[in-house]
Amino acid sequence: MTEGSVVLSVRGLSVRFLMPGRRTVAAVTDAHFDVAVGECLTLIGESGCGKSVLASALLGLLPGNAQTTGEARLGDLDLLAVDERTLAGTVRGRRIGLIPQSPAAHLTAVRTIRSHLEETVAALTGTRGRAALRSAAEEAAERAAFPGDHLDRYPYELSGGLAQRAATALALIGDAPLLLADEPTTGLDRDLVDHTVDALRHHVDTSGRALLVITHDLSAAARIADRVAVMYAGRIVELAEATAFFGSQGPRHPYSRGLLQALPDRAFIPIPGMPPELGALPEGCAFATRCGRTTDACAALPRMMNAVACHHPYVPEGTRA
Amino acid sequence: MLELRDITAGYARNAPVVRNASLTVAPGEAVGLLGPSGCGKSTLARVAALLHRPDSGTLLLDGEPVRRWRHRAPRELRTAFGVVFQQPRLSADPRLPLADLIAEPLRATGEGKAAAERLAALTTTVGLTPDLLSRRPHEVSDGQLQRACLARALALRPRWLVCDEMTAMLDASTTAALVAAVEHYRRSTGAGLLAVGHDHVLIHRWCDRTVHWKAPSS
Ligand SMILES: Nc1ncnc2c1ncn2[C@@H]1O[C@H](COP(=O)(O)OP(=O)(O)OP(=O)(O)O)[C@@H](O)[C@H]1O
Ligand code: SF4
Ligand SMILES: [Mg+2]
Repeated sequence: MTEGSVVLSVRGLSVRFLMPGRRTVAAVTDAHFDVAVGECLTLIGESGCGKSVLASALLGLLPGNAQTTGEARLGDLDLLAVDERTLAGTVRGRRIGLIPQSPAAHLTAVRTIRSHLEETVAALTGTRGRAALRSAAEEAAERAAFPGDHLDRYPYELSGGLAQRAATALALIGDAPLLLADEPTTGLDRDLVDHTVDALRHHVDTSGRALLVITHDLSAAARIADRVAVMYAGRIVELAEATAFFGSQGPRHPYSRGLLQALPDRAFIPIPGMPPELGALPEGCAFATRCGRTTDACAALPRMMNAVACHHPYVPEGTRA
Repeated sequence: MLELRDITAGYARNAPVVRNASLTVAPGEAVGLLGPSGCGKSTLARVAALLHRPDSGTLLLDGEPVRRWRHRAPRELRTAFGVVFQQPRLSADPRLPLADLIAEPLRATGEGKAAAERLAALTTTVGLTPDLLSRRPHEVSDGQLQRACLARALALRPRWLVCDEMTAMLDASTTAALVAAVEHYRRSTGAGLLAVGHDHVLIHRWCDRTVHWKAPSS
């Protein structure tokens, strides 16, 4: 595939959880975005804003009370329309490599890293024979910079950083065109965060994959992203080029601005209040009670226009009339 | 004054994770402790908060050596500390509504009648809304639950706060809000703080003084 060709195309994706007493929770509403070859899109937002639900929807891992609508095209497949057999047999691992939030919990405690890698190689690549499996597993470890002399260790004998590399090695095995990383750096210290993020970036740059990263860590996002999608109360409220978003131009949505201003190397001032309940969203802009730019217009739902969903977005320098 | 002198501590007799560590926190002072994963920061923080007995070394509280840890420590010493950990889901009883979770330490002291007022004040301090107080932990977000855990840690007006990676799971805005709540409390009470973390930018911005630790030298 060539640079720039779209790998994942999401259109109008919504997820509703049906709760007891006919309540519904609007966890994701009308999400639209693309991820292309050689590109990293980073999805950021406050805890509980729906990031993980969106990822689970793409992988077909939502619980039974979830209702999904819209489209998510991965090549010729609509991920939201195919059955569980297809997802388990041809999508997860093969077309989407998943890098989990807590790798240690994702690995089986009673088996060594070598045995994890060999099993995955056998399942995803059709490699047969002991010697061939062994060398393919060692190659897989090397691709993720997992040290060869640690291959016979058990997951609990690994530091957080090495467990993360083991998980990355597993995710890279099937040559999946799309990598999905949900909070890949939570709980790691800063050096390990930087290392993990740089390694993921390297795989995208060198192997022509597309990468979707979900994170609440804005410095990790700034380090890895080509583009940023900001999620608030289940909606993507801004899509931006990372350099503009984190650079001097800054974000255009008031919520995105607030998030950046909360960083300890910026103003360190929290956005007032808390996010609204996804079971009881207002009719208009869900950010209105916390926003400094609210007017009467904000009682109506702002539509996504020029990649920002706000009635009064900040206007980037240089484009002012 | 909170003084840790020459502390060695760990979980197996001959493999200490903290060796000969010393640290002091003055009343009203905010001290940050930075270091890589696995260097023993949390263990030292637990020793400081009387939650883990060291193998050797001395902990002095206002000049008096502490001789007993955990449930054996005298109540007035234990309640001098408020502690917040990284993972609110591991430290909160999943059966308790947030109101009970926050007020539990109050009930134990027989402060029952003043408890309602204190609960309201704490709720405001940490930025929780009253509608969340009847929910159980699985019905709120990590950020909301961590706000409740902080409120609970402040319930008995501790003179010392120990925050171990309090915001590592949280987004930037919730992080700034929780740090602001801690600082508001410290300004009004003069409490000292030991903040453990691995985010240099955050700890430097937050604390008066920062101690850097290296990886364990084994
Ligand atoms: N099985 C479920 N039933 C009902 N509601 C759910 C379910 N799973 C998630 N939710 C709700 O969906 C919303 C989004 O949750 P999600 O886990 O995606 O948030 P997130 O952005 O990933 O947050 P975090 O950063 O804390 O992981 C939350 O309000 C959550 O309570
Ligand atoms: S639509 Fe209005 S309330 Fe919502 S973010 Fe924009 S200015 Fe603020
Ligand atoms: Mg999540």
